[in-house]
Amino acid sequence: MAKMTLEQLRKLREEKKGDMVKRDVEGKSVQIIVGMGTCGIAAGAKQSFDEIVKAVDEYKLSGDVIIRQTGCMGLCHVEPTVEVVMPGMPATIYGRVDAATARDIVVKHVVGKTLVENHIYDRPAVDIVKK
Amino acid sequence: MHFAVCDFLLDLVQNSVEAGATNVGIDVVESGGSIEAAVEDDGKGMDERELERAKDPFYTDGTKHARRKVGLGLPFLIQAAEQAGGDFRISSRKGVGTRVSFGFPADGVDTPPMGDLPGLFLSAMCFEGDYELVIRRRAPARGVDYEIRRSEILEAVGPLDDASALVSVREFLASQEAP
Repeated sequence: MAKMTLEQLRKLREEKKGDMVKRDVEGKSVQIIVGMGTCGIAAGAKQSFDEIVKAVDEYKLSGDVIIRQTGCMGLCHVEPTVEVVMPGMPATIYGRVDAATARDIVVKHVVGKTLVENHIYDRPAVDIVKK
Repeated sequence: MHFAVCDFLLDLVQNSVEAGATNVGIDVVESGGSIEAAVEDDGKGMDERELERAKDPFYTDGTKHARRKVGLGLPFLIQAAEQAGGDFRISSRKGVGTRVSFGFPADGVDTPPMGDLPGLFLSAMCFEGDYELVIRRRAPARGVDYEIRRSEILEAVGPLDDASALVSVREFLASQEAP
């Protein structure tokens, strides 16, 4: 693989834009947020982030989906954590999201509009919130 | 504990962004039998007392999560460097910024693997906020020597919250590691 120039990067980006299927004229409506604090990184959040990017690109959802990183969301005990906010689905925080689960989140939650079972968490750890 | 050198670096960059930095520098150099890396920022910085506390795993400033009692980012790195016969340095000035640097022997049995450098650089650019990130990377033995700025990547591909932009940038970053 030869070293790419910024010009080549610009071209690649333009080509990829052509592939994109824009489903929502109102702008991007799905937000996927990956926790990338110490706890997330230690648990492999970078791999989950990569898998989400890959899956969103493969399913040509770029026109609809915003992918972001944030710090610790307070769910250190079930990292990596991924929050999904989109119309027609409850805002959901998923925990223990390895690469396979990350792909499930894109395929089942974002595309299929079904929750990914056994990975749903919505509450910070007990040392952060009082019961 | 973090698995790879890249994980420690991403943690440091996340600290910098969270400290309100507008300029972050990241250096990764493999040369002369060692891995040397540094993250430098112009974030809020720490005074001497805060700096000492930042090295303590059972201390956090408590501003983000009021009841949390641990802060493991820097302590993980200090422990890993000590265990592997590497070194760790941190300097900071309140209101000016912070610089963290560390080194590992390249062939040390306890040296963590380098990890995924293109993935690290990509993630390091993807935090929210308007900050400049300057990546300086050298591995002379493999003919690798480049400098990349977040601003030029944003200028080339647009916002980095778009999967197809991220895929393109990852390919670009991976190609920079080619000999």
